[in-house]
Amino acid sequence: MDGEELTEQETALYDRQIRVWGVDAQRRLSKSHILVSGITGTIVEFCKNIVLAGVGSVTLMDDRMVTEEAIWANFLIPPDENMPSGRSLAEVCFDALREFNPMVHVSVEKGIFDGDFYDKFSAVVVGRCSLATKKRINDICRKRPKRIAFYAVDCRDSCGEIFVDLQNYTYAQKKLEETVECQLQYSSFEEAVALPWRALPRKMSKLYFAMRVIEKFEQDEGRNPGETSIADLPSVLKLRKQLCEGQSMNESNIPEGLLERLLVGTKEHPPVCAIIGGILGQEVIKMISGKGDPVKNFFFFDAMDGKGIIEDISKPE
Amino acid sequence: MASEQQLQAIKSAKVLMVGAGGIGCELLKTLVLSGFQDIHIIDMDTIEVSNLNRQFLFRKSHVGQSKAKVARDAVLRFRPHINITPYHANVKDPEFNVDFFKEFNVVLNGLDNLDARRHVNRLCLAADVPLVESGTTGFLGQQVTVHVKGKTECYECQPKPTPKSYPVCTITSTPSKFVHCIVWAKDLLFAKLFGDKNQDNDLNVRSNDAASSSEHAEDVFERREGEDPEQYGRRIYDHVFGYNIEVALGNEETWKNRNKPKPIYSKDVLPNGLIQTNGNSKDCAIDGPSSMSAMASLSLKNPQDIWNLVENTKIFLEALKLFLGKREKDIGNLIFDKDDQLAVEFVTAAANIRAASFGIPLHSLFEAKGIAGNIVHAVATTNAIIAGLIVIEAIKVLQSDTNNYRMTYCLEHPSRKMLLMPVEPFEPNKSCYVCSETPLSLEVNTNCSKLRDFVEKIVKNKLGMNLPLIMHGSALLYEVGDDLEEDMVANYAANLEKVLAELPSPVTSGTMITVEDLQQEFTCSINIKHREEFDEEKEPDGMVLLGWTQAPPREKDNVAVGNGASTSSASQAAVVEAEEDDDIEIIPTGVGIVSAAGTKRKLSDTSKPTSSVADGYNGDKKREVGNDEDVVVMLSDGNSDISKKKRLQ
Repeated sequence: MDGEELTEQETALYDRQIRVWGVDAQRRLSKSHILVSGITGTIVEFCKNIVLAGVGSVTLMDDRMVTEEAIWANFLIPPDENMPSGRSLAEVCFDALREFNPMVHVSVEKGIFDGDFYDKFSAVVVGRCSLATKKRINDICRKRPKRIAFYAVDCRDSCGEIFVDLQNYTYAQKKLEETVECQLQYSSFEEAVALPWRALPRKMSKLYFAMRVIEKFEQDEGRNPGETSIADLPSVLKLRKQLCEGQSMNESNIPEGLLERLLVGTKEHPPVCAIIGGILGQEVIKMISGKGDPVKNFFFFDAMDGKGIIEDISKPE
Repeated sequence: MASEQQLQAIKSAKVLMVGAGGIGCELLKTLVLSGFQDIHIIDMDTIEVSNLNRQFLFRKSHVGQSKAKVARDAVLRFRPHINITPYHANVKDPEFNVDFFKEFNVVLNGLDNLDARRHVNRLCLAADVPLVESGTTGFLGQQVTVHVKGKTECYECQPKPTPKSYPVCTITSTPSKFVHCIVWAKDLLFAKLFGDKNQDNDLNVRSNDAASSSEHAEDVFERREGEDPEQYGRRIYDHVFGYNIEVALGNEETWKNRNKPKPIYSKDVLPNGLIQTNGNSKDCAIDGPSSMSAMASLSLKNPQDIWNLVENTKIFLEALKLFLGKREKDIGNLIFDKDDQLAVEFVTAAANIRAASFGIPLHSLFEAKGIAGNIVHAVATTNAIIAGLIVIEAIKVLQSDTNNYRMTYCLEHPSRKMLLMPVEPFEPNKSCYVCSETPLSLEVNTNCSKLRDFVEKIVKNKLGMNLPLIMHGSALLYEVGDDLEEDMVANYAANLEKVLAELPSPVTSGTMITVEDLQQEFTCSINIKHREEFDEEKEPDGMVLLGWTQAPPREKDNVAVGNGASTSSASQAAVVEAEEDDDIEIIPTGVGIVSAAGTKRKLSDTSKPTSSVADGYNGDKKREVGNDEDVVVMLSDGNSDISKKKRLQ
């Protein structure tokens, strides 16, 4: 890194975290730019975490209007905003978010972007969105000249999923006394979900398969993500059968109870938002600072069993 | 989203949160979003700038205000229709008694120190209210646990490491690490110059001992009538870094196997006067005393820089001058505070000059502050995760979903693919002196140790009692309280100064004494065993409390623990209690300073739970964590207090 020093103000504010990750990491953070698209409770938690951590900038994208569901797990929006005000979700969140840390530049972008718009970002994080959108944005990140990390996150019922694509990532791994250079090769979301299920480790988190069924169901039915209910269960079970047959996998790997929870519990569970938003924040901070072992490449949490598990679902190198 | 049944339990619950700091802010937000309607918060602290990087409910304009109150107002802005009752108070205040605790369905801790945690644990046990406990130390392994009387272990079922203490002579005469210099600068020199003059101070004793001649009968630390501040500073400097070292060198025996220190005199380091400062210090009148700075006066900017001896000397003299000139009214009742910039500067400089004298590497202000203030590394993300886990457990507690209670570790390095690892809570330790009322024993020299030593070192420090009452049979030896008769107070004061064997009701080998805390509604019995000698290095208290042991491991637990390293490394770990918003910080001996500096964290390499019990685990009925595919996870964590425990049946 260059020799630029943190200001006195920064040193005072970030004192406790500099003790965790060092001055150098703090400097890198302050030069990073994060694009966030699709504002959910989990995404709000994530934004709070990285704004407090002191990234350089956060750019919010979400043109949807504020609805009751949108504020469910969102602590940035006061209730009187829950009225048609002509302001988008991103605009309403912007005001509260920037207050968390005056040293972070928070802004809002409208519309859909492509290509070089993304070049200024170190990482792009998408909240709950369609399969097609995930693939599209991940693909853009991969095609830009400079590496842009891609994260996708979704929470349903008391479950959460994080997907990470750091493309080709090198970092210093600490092993007992010595530090070794470690290189990781990530798969894109499209590549990962295309892998045959039979080829995956036997104890793969069931949430992985269940999320793929729901995702496929929403795509086939032309639904917005999360636009589901218990009435969809028969169709989803039919889809499960079809997918499992195609993949030669036993249907018991995707329990009906779990699918039901994901269909019905479309509102996020706030404690799970805090947990998933916290893990996601840590991952982005690790990636920017180059410190710590990053998740490769899925993370799952289910409050029912309390486990937070990393799964590696990558195409063979 | 929570089920209807859960929502009902949540809505009707009355919750007590203790602590509105790092975890507290996150916890309050998550509770409110989850639908809790009646939340009480106790926190005695006010907001500081260094809180703002993670305590997101607070803004710079709130600095100096009550955390509990500001947190309440901040949360009401996004969810106005709930009841939040803030208390800007110490949880140990008498108003928070057992009856107060009984009003709540569950108590959630986001506390920063062992003492308060133990206090809350006892109140929860006495009131029979479930407690969800939490703690964080940066990215290190940390956990959320559920303590329900009779069902799971209490917070004190495993002995908690108490704050590290150093042998007095290491600090006063033979420092070998920077932390020794810090302790000397903070607890001796700083306390002597700026603290309560009447308090015993080893610096005082030692320097008077050394100066047997009458010329030193006057207290060298007293400023003479009309003495110039810089001259006074130089006199102190020359006395503690020069004269005292010369005297110490006179004792050849001490230096046989040690490097000799070299005396340092201010005129050799800084022959000319403390030159004109840039006058920046005058700004402090506006910003208040906590921003007054000798660094600013001397145009030293970067707290990460390591000052040389000349710079340290200048800071020492300048800081002392500023204290005398601008903060004269504070002198005599100052206690070191890590947020007092000038105090940190003075202690850093003094510690560094002493370090230079003893050939110990110097440290930056940033590092010195971390060591002196026992500062915990803290970030928002981990607090948020811990808060989420607390709420998940709290909801289970409200539904009495006992079988699904979990203790969850939040790990820095994944273990068995997990970053969040739930394990079953442990059952109560049958030999726990807190929840099982098992008697303890105390080895003590009853002819030497005074009742005061027993009260300070054992009753307060080790047993964590707040308002103790000590009895031998029916005879009252000591008691604390507001409503005592004058003659009783005098009586107790006299008892404090007596050695145990000479108390009105003598305490000798074989005596059983009872210690009780009326506020905590907690009683424990202690068997006294007389012992002549104590090792000054290993047993600096001069007394040893026994019987406060871990539950004896079951046969197969040895398999679970995996290697013998856990117990030995646990005993090597020195723990410094933190005063910040988070947890106790665990510093293994030898790497403490490095760890506190925040760059190298060797501890983390050994802190991950490793071993697991294979499927063949017998004896106890096997209960699995989570779903059907995984084996039971047992922990071998040599660095914390959980090295060996029993699982809940």
